[in-house]
Amino acid sequence: MNPRYLPLTATVAIFLIAYAVCIAQYPNMLSTRVIGNLLTDNAFLGIAAVGMTFVILSGGIDLSIGAVIAFTGVFLAVLLQSTAIHPLAAFALALIITTAFGAMMGAIIHHLEMPPFIVTLAGMFLARGMAFVLSIDSIPIKHPFYTSLKSFYYVLPGGGRLTLIGGLMLVVFLVGILIAHRTRFGADVYALGGGTATARLMGVPIGRTTVMIYALSGFLAGLSGIVFSLYTSAGYSLATVGVELDAIAAVVIGGTLLTGGSGFVAGTLIGILIQGLIQTYITFDGSLSSWWTKILIGLLLFAFILLQKALILLSDRRRRHA
Amino acid sequence: MQSVSSYVLSATGIDKIFPGARALNGVDFSLARGEVHALLGENGAGKSTLIKCLTGAYRRDGGRILLDGTEVDPHNTLEAQKLGIGTVYQEVNLLANLTVAENLFLGRQPRRFGLVDARAMNKQARALLSQYDLDIDVTAELSSFSVAVQQVIAIARAVDLSGKVLILDEPTASLDTHEVAMLFRIVRRLKDRGLGIIFITHFLEQVYDISDRITVLRNGQLVGTRDTAALPRRELIAMMLGRELVHEVSEAKQSEAKAPGAARFRFRGFGRKGHIQPFDLDVASGEVVGIAGLLGSGRTETAEILFGAERADSGTAEVDGRPLDLSSPRAAIREKFGFCPEDRKVDGIVGDLSVRENIVLALQARRGWARPISRSEQDRLADHYIKALDIRTSDREKPIRLLSGGNQQKAILARWLATNPEFLILDEPTRGIDVGAHAEIIRLIETLCEKGMSLIVISSELEELVAYSSRVLVLRDRAHVAELTGEEVTTNAIVEAIASAHEGRPS
Repeated sequence: MNPRYLPLTATVAIFLIAYAVCIAQYPNMLSTRVIGNLLTDNAFLGIAAVGMTFVILSGGIDLSIGAVIAFTGVFLAVLLQSTAIHPLAAFALALIITTAFGAMMGAIIHHLEMPPFIVTLAGMFLARGMAFVLSIDSIPIKHPFYTSLKSFYYVLPGGGRLTLIGGLMLVVFLVGILIAHRTRFGADVYALGGGTATARLMGVPIGRTTVMIYALSGFLAGLSGIVFSLYTSAGYSLATVGVELDAIAAVVIGGTLLTGGSGFVAGTLIGILIQGLIQTYITFDGSLSSWWTKILIGLLLFAFILLQKALILLSDRRRRHA
Repeated sequence: MQSVSSYVLSATGIDKIFPGARALNGVDFSLARGEVHALLGENGAGKSTLIKCLTGAYRRDGGRILLDGTEVDPHNTLEAQKLGIGTVYQEVNLLANLTVAENLFLGRQPRRFGLVDARAMNKQARALLSQYDLDIDVTAELSSFSVAVQQVIAIARAVDLSGKVLILDEPTASLDTHEVAMLFRIVRRLKDRGLGIIFITHFLEQVYDISDRITVLRNGQLVGTRDTAALPRRELIAMMLGRELVHEVSEAKQSEAKAPGAARFRFRGFGRKGHIQPFDLDVASGEVVGIAGLLGSGRTETAEILFGAERADSGTAEVDGRPLDLSSPRAAIREKFGFCPEDRKVDGIVGDLSVRENIVLALQARRGWARPISRSEQDRLADHYIKALDIRTSDREKPIRLLSGGNQQKAILARWLATNPEFLILDEPTRGIDVGAHAEIIRLIETLCEKGMSLIVISSELEELVAYSSRVLVLRDRAHVAELTGEEVTTNAIVEAIASAHEGRPS
């Protein structure tokens, strides 16, 4: 088997085994209700993680997305509370702002040759700070449009509900897969992850691609913020702290190399589902502390980092013998 | 036929000025269709600067470039590629994490309904590579192929993208003889198709093998352009060096007739299991002992064990009758040992540090960080060695990665000389640097041994070994198999020792 598929295969195998273990213990977990809830509960994280996948594939990192999600939530809540603007217009406005925010970080990373870690860390503080400027309280959103959006769902056979936001996450993943594997932009992202200097010599428009990658991440963080505000019907500046780290964990567990250049958007979906599955299991068990989620995710991350290291060593050795 | 139209590329009066240095001074260069034109010169002669001006990687400060008779001014390599000038570099500049097909078509993938059509792309990639007699899985990652195959893929991409001028910048540096032959077949075929090919290398045999004309640069100036057939090798070397290297080396050999003194460093049964078999070695002060052997014969392993980079598990080492502690490089440095490793990019230089910092590194390490060398002392040391070894840098504070290979090598040598070693090991001191710098390094080695230093030099350049060594150890299969002394030290004798050891092996 081509070793590039190995991490993805491992992820899928872990998910299936974990799911089988869950079902063996709690047969109820094999229902469309559980699956529907899994998608709904992790929709905002999944959407943000798609953006993170592109960033990590290009060899970068985006630490700002948790703060951007919170900012978007507060922005929407304040806007809908204090003006008569239609939520759809507010959505568009929020997406424009977050996309521009991402693009700006990308431009700084490229033009000032700054490490993405520092630039997006600054972006994180900036976005979080902006959220506090708008409001320090949790503001409920009671717009009728929100209520109608939330009541909109597709009933799966077995009684599960595929909600609007759960479905939106799946659509975002599908589009993400198409962009990553079937567009020139996607190939450029992988090229950047393979080596910036070489990519430049091969004619990849480094600047444009970098800006687009972080703009995409910003856009998806904004979309994730909209989804989160639909999910919670509120905006709170202290929400979604550390979500960027959950997203990074999902990407890595999904089999993407942290150093960039190798991985799949589809893997990230499985990474999200594994995290959600652990959470669901703990809910079903009822007696376990929710901290077990973090512990298991931590162990999984370690396992995947070791797997990646082994793969790198393996491919190095193959190259030497080639 | 008009003379203008017979040249696919002609550059006149190219100037390039860097802060503090004039890298190119009114250089003319022309390239005919269906010609292989070798571009030669010492390190820092301006070869790569000229190439970078042609490909738009640098903006030139003066001169004109005509491509097919029209003036061009590429702002970057991408633009040059679109104009028809493609480049293939020594280190394959493709992306190891992408598939072969993706590498070939990056940025111009065939599309259907706005999406990349992977099937069409793979089909086109196979068709393209079949022109180069390459039948490989184009959907496999590039990293799964050998450097030679990657090099051919890089050429296929460059030719497909540009199609008028192909620049090959040391493409054969990491290929073996068989692979070079394969590459040359492809180059000849492209030449027959009417491409103009610029070929840069330091292998003079290859220049005579493949090129039609030779242009020599020296210190940013054009020395001359000649037909290869009408240029004897000796004259070519003279053009490149502005002096007769061959003569100097052979003369040096004659002065080497002095008898080696009493052994100062004695190694008895020194070895390490699985690394190098136990060997005996005596080195007198002021003596150069050469180590010869094929790749993988244990040359570098010998150096590592002498320097304590790998710990010996048998045998003894002593100097002047006193036992030596060679348990680690730190211990070896304390015993006044020095080691210039083979791969200077990986094991030698610290690229982002300045020339000065690189030079004082080993001395500082030996003194310990608690006793820093004062800045004025550092400056003095750096200036001294920059002058003594003729390290060509505009300034001692320049990051060392900006220096050419030969000058980096000299800086590493300076690093060890600054520690006043009594026993210095040089592993391939002339690898990857060109002929002129070779002669300078050889001269340096001779000066050092006149000062009473004991030297171990590992080299695959037999002529060089013969020139400066009073004795040569021959290695084979991780064991010392022969030792040649005095009159016996000739290229033929070394080759014979390697070959006979080979035959003498059972099975």
